[in-house]
Amino acid sequence: MAGNESLADQSGTQARRKAAMAVLAHSATADIAGHLADIALPAHEDLREPENGLVMVRGRIGGDGVPFNLGEVTVSRAAVRLSTGEVGFGYTLGRDREKARLIALCDAMVQSDKLVAAIEDKVVAPLRVAMIERQNRKAAETAATRVDFYTLVRDEG
Amino acid sequence: MTTIAEMPAGFSDKVLSAQSTFRSVMDAMARPGSIQRIVAAGAPLGMMPGAAAIALTLFDHDTPIWLDSKMSAGPDVGKWLKFHTSAPVVADSSMASFALIGDPQSLPALERFAFGSNEYPDRSTTLILQVESLSDGPVVELQGPGIDGTAGLHASLQPRDLFERLSINAALFPRGIDVVLVHDDSIVAIPRTTRLVKKG
Repeated sequence: MAGNESLADQSGTQARRKAAMAVLAHSATADIAGHLADIALPAHEDLREPENGLVMVRGRIGGDGVPFNLGEVTVSRAAVRLSTGEVGFGYTLGRDREKARLIALCDAMVQSDKLVAAIEDKVVAPLRVAMIERQNRKAAETAATRVDFYTLVRDEG
Repeated sequence: MTTIAEMPAGFSDKVLSAQSTFRSVMDAMARPGSIQRIVAAGAPLGMMPGAAAIALTLFDHDTPIWLDSKMSAGPDVGKWLKFHTSAPVVADSSMASFALIGDPQSLPALERFAFGSNEYPDRSTTLILQVESLSDGPVVELQGPGIDGTAGLHASLQPRDLFERLSINAALFPRGIDVVLVHDDSIVAIPRTTRLVKKG
């Protein structure tokens, strides 16, 4: 799969996969499916059927706090292989198996030289715009409720 | 070397296939000597479909696996098991919950596997033997719980002295070794309570 690729090429694909994953994990299943419907999907099979599991989330209070087990969260994962050999992995919080499968499919397509343009333009880019918009709106809503506290020096006289 | 891109897929329908395989193994254990069929799954090179389906159904991260020299000859089987079952492959056969035997001729002495303890007889190694045939070969007559009278098994058994070796089960009880014979998509179970009556 790799082998002949140069190191720079590999890290480029790696970075692209990371960026795509950051967007896909924060997008709704219906949105991913909706955008995927716009492009012709390549032949693929489920290498690993979507499945649910638990992972332990570790937490820390403050920057220098001691790590502790915060609790377990559900995760779904899947692996999809395209007929051309690219294998994509999808992990997402929650029990949405279809989402894990769609993420895995997108991840596989991001690795394919032929499909990467289509998936970046038609799926990842619009989802990224929507995600940033959502984040900005949330930030604006939060900022509107901001209260500034002042410490008054009390005159003890 | 097989890359992940060439690795055979697991069950196409995880839940139903695993349930039906579990049922087949349970029936085989309940009726020693009877041949049960298994829905085939994708299998790596060197592994029969029946053995692969059993692996996908019964192996998980809590069941250490021991592979014989034929199974561990190439990286295929180990990688496939790790990807699909996440079961740890161990070098010490006495630690294993399951042992996959690709070449039963050179089956190591049974003492090298786990017999369980009197308190926990279930902590024994279950041997999964890939044999040449389960339909023709000399008749072996079996007796024990789950068998009405005697049951005949036509199989080309390897190793030839399998039942002689398994006779230690009588003295060890409740400890002991359970065996599953696999050929293609057929399986026959020889639980630790089954005894050899006559060999043809």
